[in-house]
Amino acid sequence: MSDAANARSVGATPPRPDGPAKVTGRAEYVDDLEVAGLWFGATVRSPHCAADIVRIDASRACEDPDVVVVTAADLPGPNVLMVIADDWPVLADERVNHAQEPVALVAAPTRERARRAAARVVVEYVPREPVIGIDAALAAKTRLLAECKITHGDVAAGLAGAAHVIEGTYETGLQEHIYIEPQGMIAIPQTGGGVEIVGSMQCPFYIQNALCTLLGLEPEQCRVRQATTGGGFGGKEEYPDIIAAHAALLALASGRPVKIVYERHEDILATTKRHPSRVRHRTGVDADGKLLAVEVDVVLDGGAYVTLSPVVLSRAVLHAAGPYACANVAIRGRVVETNSVPSGAFRGFGAPQTQFASERQMDKIARVVGVDPLAIRERNAYREGDITPTAQVLDSGVSALDCLRTAAERTDFRKRWAELEAERRSGGDPPARRGIGLSLYWHGSGFTGNGEQMMRSPVRLRLARSGLVEIRVSSTDFGQGTSIVLAQVVADAIGIPLDRVSVIVPDTAEVPNSGPTVASRTVMIVGGVLEKAAAELAEQVRRHAPGADFDEAARCYLDEVGELVVEKRYEPPAGGGFDEETYTGTAYPAYGFGCDIVEIEVDLDTLVVTPERATLVCDVGRAIHPVLCRGQVEGGTLQAFGQAYLEELGVDDDGHWRNDRLSTYIIPTTLDTPAMDTVLLEYPARGGPQGAKGVGELPADGGAPALVAAIENATGISPVAVPATPERLLAALEGGRTVAGD
Amino acid sequence: MTDLVRMQVNGAAVEFDGDPRTRLLDVIRERLSLTGTKEGCGEGECGACAVLIDGEVVCSCLVPVFQVDGSDITTIESLAPPDALLPLQQTFVDAGGVQCGACTPGIVLTLHALFQREPRARRARVREALAGNLCRCTGYERILRAAEEHAARLRGDVS
Repeated sequence: MSDAANARSVGATPPRPDGPAKVTGRAEYVDDLEVAGLWFGATVRSPHCAADIVRIDASRACEDPDVVVVTAADLPGPNVLMVIADDWPVLADERVNHAQEPVALVAAPTRERARRAAARVVVEYVPREPVIGIDAALAAKTRLLAECKITHGDVAAGLAGAAHVIEGTYETGLQEHIYIEPQGMIAIPQTGGGVEIVGSMQCPFYIQNALCTLLGLEPEQCRVRQATTGGGFGGKEEYPDIIAAHAALLALASGRPVKIVYERHEDILATTKRHPSRVRHRTGVDADGKLLAVEVDVVLDGGAYVTLSPVVLSRAVLHAAGPYACANVAIRGRVVETNSVPSGAFRGFGAPQTQFASERQMDKIARVVGVDPLAIRERNAYREGDITPTAQVLDSGVSALDCLRTAAERTDFRKRWAELEAERRSGGDPPARRGIGLSLYWHGSGFTGNGEQMMRSPVRLRLARSGLVEIRVSSTDFGQGTSIVLAQVVADAIGIPLDRVSVIVPDTAEVPNSGPTVASRTVMIVGGVLEKAAAELAEQVRRHAPGADFDEAARCYLDEVGELVVEKRYEPPAGGGFDEETYTGTAYPAYGFGCDIVEIEVDLDTLVVTPERATLVCDVGRAIHPVLCRGQVEGGTLQAFGQAYLEELGVDDDGHWRNDRLSTYIIPTTLDTPAMDTVLLEYPARGGPQGAKGVGELPADGGAPALVAAIENATGISPVAVPATPERLLAALEGGRTVAGD
Repeated sequence: MTDLVRMQVNGAAVEFDGDPRTRLLDVIRERLSLTGTKEGCGEGECGACAVLIDGEVVCSCLVPVFQVDGSDITTIESLAPPDALLPLQQTFVDAGGVQCGACTPGIVLTLHALFQREPRARRARVREALAGNLCRCTGYERILRAAEEHAARLRGDVS
């Protein structure tokens, strides 16, 4: 009881423990690590999007006598990187299915010699006609990498009774993660045939699983450790598996530690991207704009292999109707196969794509009905007790209206939007106009459907001899600051100061598999289990010395019993459950909500957009560490702004990317970034530690539609695709895609 | 061609006798094992490899080492005394300027150079100074606030 008074870490903003090493340059990322006898790996890649491999000739590479070459023919086990399906080869065999697909690997004693040798591997190809883009895939009826369907109520009846039926088609493009530290991995061969991996990653156990399948190893023969990791955003979820596999193959072939670190150009060319999307909406509303029927068709471009497409699609369709109540909903989703680099995990995981579409559609509906963007959302936003398209009852933590009102009040949105509309319609020829745009969005925390129940991930706490309580989980900190956030949760649950809790760096030999660091699940799910484990640990210790405070009791326990380990698993709340066949039930244990309002200026001669101010209101359940939490919201939002108007890979007719360097693939700089006013709302979630919901992905959903809505408010151009570059805006203007009455 | 290149790095005399076209970044990271200087893009776009050459912020990935013959080079490692942080660095950590850390050395060096020259620099000036440093984590807001807080202290506006 007395210890409860110590419960003060949550809500405070202690400095992150890795801060000093990072601001002084002492933090060691994978490329900074020194390993005795280290060699370097390089990858031979296909220049073709689709081709048959006729011959691989490594003889010139092997003129350097130290060089080791590995091709598909040298693999000891199945040529598969196991993610969800088994279609992703470690090295292309007989055919390549996307540009930059790895065909051969080379290791040498220096980086330079490895690169030179890779350039000397001759691969003879017979190119095939590639399928590039969603249109071509649908026309060619390529393989569907995933499909699913949500049906709720009677859409035909809803449409039949509608005052207006509004249709729209919306598209989003490829987006590259641009974590500032490129991908990299070191593999160190172990006596007895095993291998140790250290590198830049989100999911150490993914790598362990993939390597055990590939190399026929037992888990204890494949130890995976996380190095300091310089950003991930989903890009280091599944892709590190392939780099670890490559490094391991070279390490085992050469008998030496081998490092593979991608240069930025190679990283942009070869690694997974955000799924491009095309989303069609048909919506029936009554005369006041109340939703009567929502029909959505989602198509994602999955690239050449399945990777995580089924789960990305699942999250995409589950968010596709937006945070709006409607009795009649039908959503169909498909992922098509193309000859592009596999699409993969990227912060938001399908939801930013479908919510760009649903938010643009809401703006369109508002104009048809004749109300402003705020009114149409107030009318339809979820209230407590509303039912989602999967028939999940939203019985707590529903904050959509509060998000809307808070953001609108801080910006005087309704008045400002109307003034700028009137100003635009009044004509004239000013050099620039201002615009204001709004988005409302939601995001499910944790795995989709029964993911958490099936995984029942364990966490471990250990009261160590030192008196410290160690957190042992596989959750990786790649910048978000989750290490300190989890420590705050545990410190409060026990009632001890933060400096009595330590977090063990993820290492498969040291931590249980508490699941991947993805899906906005670390704080809410892993943190929630840790909170329970901490309470149990405290209880056991205190029971040993009733009446004593935790410190005293812990000393007693350590002296008389020894160290204490508490392991606990995720327990699903009662009454949940999701039916994967019918797509009904509890899709997520909790939802975060958010509202973004963006104010911009547009140069009317060049159509160059300058964001000036962004008001970001996010319901995070409980802000465990408000400074880091705001950092998540602001960083995620800026990535979404980049997606909205700057970031374009530019696919040419042959399926190659035009903007494959940081000098041409433009992400926001300080000068492209608006001032941000971030407000955190706290509508607690059941099961989250002190009510916390996930925050990592939520802000990825709102930035693009809000910014594009501001462009519409300023210019009258109605963008239906992002990035809304000046070239695209000009084409829309010339194509007459403007708001009615302009 | 091999000519000896002589320079000062973090106050110590350094001689480099390899290919004079070698990137300064590689000399710093591989020869001198000063790995606080990061490679983010290799083409001068991201600023992760920023160092100070005679007090100027420069992307070391764009500089062949022969160009710095006779120069004085400062890397992130020498800003603060061992096991201590400069007030700028402490504020940067406290205010949430750090997330993944890959851009951090370049940004801290750039801010350090700015405030050395313009202790009164305000937000607009900081935004300009940091325009060559990409950060993908923070959205820059907490970085700019850290800089503002530091500048306010330099100006004596707050204690």
